[in-house]
Amino acid sequence: MTPVSNLARILSEGQFAVTAECGPPQGADPTPLKEKGSLLKGAADAVNLTDNQTAVVRLSSLASAVALKDLGLEPVLQVVTRDRNRIALQSDLLGASSLGLRNVLCLTGDHQSFGNQAGAMGVFDLDSIQLLHTARTMRDQGRLIDGTELSSRPFFFLGAAANPFADPLGFRVIRLAKKIDAGAEFIQTQCIYNRERFEAWLKQAREEGLTERAFILGGITPLKSVRMAEYMASKVAGMDVPEEVIRRMKGAPAKGQGAEGIRLAVETIEWLKSLGGVAGVHLMAIGWEEKVPEILEAAGLLPRPAQAD
Amino acid sequence: MIVAERKPLAEILELVAGAKRLLVVGCDTCVAECAAGGRKEVAETAALLRMAFEQAGSEVEVREASLDRQCVNQFLAQVGEDVAWADTVLSLGCGAGVQALARFYPDQVFVPALNTQFIGTTVEAGVWAEDCSGCGDCKLAYFGAVCPLTRCSKRLLNGPCGGSRNGKCEVSPDVDCAWQLIYDRLAALNQLDRLRAFVAPNDWSTSHSGRPRTIIREDRRV
Repeated sequence: MTPVSNLARILSEGQFAVTAECGPPQGADPTPLKEKGSLLKGAADAVNLTDNQTAVVRLSSLASAVALKDLGLEPVLQVVTRDRNRIALQSDLLGASSLGLRNVLCLTGDHQSFGNQAGAMGVFDLDSIQLLHTARTMRDQGRLIDGTELSSRPFFFLGAAANPFADPLGFRVIRLAKKIDAGAEFIQTQCIYNRERFEAWLKQAREEGLTERAFILGGITPLKSVRMAEYMASKVAGMDVPEEVIRRMKGAPAKGQGAEGIRLAVETIEWLKSLGGVAGVHLMAIGWEEKVPEILEAAGLLPRPAQAD
Repeated sequence: MIVAERKPLAEILELVAGAKRLLVVGCDTCVAECAAGGRKEVAETAALLRMAFEQAGSEVEVREASLDRQCVNQFLAQVGEDVAWADTVLSLGCGAGVQALARFYPDQVFVPALNTQFIGTTVEAGVWAEDCSGCGDCKLAYFGAVCPLTRCSKRLLNGPCGGSRNGKCEVSPDVDCAWQLIYDRLAALNQLDRLRAFVAPNDWSTSHSGRPRTIIREDRRV
């Protein structure tokens, strides 16, 4: 089968893939997004457009994905189930395919209480696994989840997130298996700072044959400062920043903290490349997109394979 | 039981503004158990209102009553005289109690004194927790008798999100992660295999999302 996207092709060819995250702006003008996107051109094989991340209202991921596609970048459309019921989600999936968006990352989404609309009704009509199942049913069977036949089928390369650092530990790989069973072809993980825990999770995934059934992209967020490391450790849901990482950041001179964060990111990428079962990296350089090419260069991941027509 | 909390006194005073003959009527079932609207709370609320009216110099007569159940007609009939006397009735029943009173006495003004919260249990003295959403299709058998639709902040049916940490929910350290509870229960019951199965999207048509629900049982009708 011909891969439906550049990302699918690179991964299926066994090349170490690079995706990067791009957060849409809190306004109607897509220019800031396009500026961030152009920094990633030639660096990332595909770019994730977040869907109202941390429940803060932003330019829609669908509109943002089209804006970057127009620039010649390949989008990964993020879709969360927090804000839309199955009617809207299925409609948006059809819409995404009609606009030529192929990579879709199916997520539940951060709880609405974290964002700027704390009084919002949390929809959660589907969960991320049910959304994967829905998208795959639409693609492979040409049907909506109630069985209604579609007049034409959408095309997708389906992704999911995994957090190896959350609890209960014993459930983490079961959940990964459920996502893959439901249709996930690629997995982007939570930011990796706790290598030991990541490795334990990966080992278990490998033993269950999951790394053969889906492409795992390890999540990387370069730390800009000690403050950011401490904030991520204590305030960000689902994040695991071990004390030793904070100590290492503290050990760097005040002006060299960013450089230390980048060194750590590069080392983590190199380490990920050396592990069996990791198919690529996903860079979430929040507000620091300009550093992505530098990190990739240092990690020996540039130039990227050319995009097929 | 239905768990409720009393509204702030200032809000109640606004809601009953202009009343001259105020009947305060409680309910001695669920809202008595959760110490929000039983006989004792009726007495407390009436005392607070009398003090507030006196301080404000307003002449309001306050009467107290309490019903075994504010949601059952045969009990509602017991306060007919008091309701007829009053120009405003402040109900310390749940949302169903207030509406039952209003259905029974269509010409009277009823005002709620409580904010009805949830179907829950008394976990320990002074602590009540939400356990049931009344979804209309009980699935507790599949989840080790812990309801994910009610107790998971995202109503997830296929396992915990990435925000579960040390048994707590990402939303608040005061909230237990329902999926940690489910996981622990199923592990203890040797039923962890249940967690591997895909759980299909919930059918909300049996819930309030479908329509306001009515149960009609012909065998019980007269």
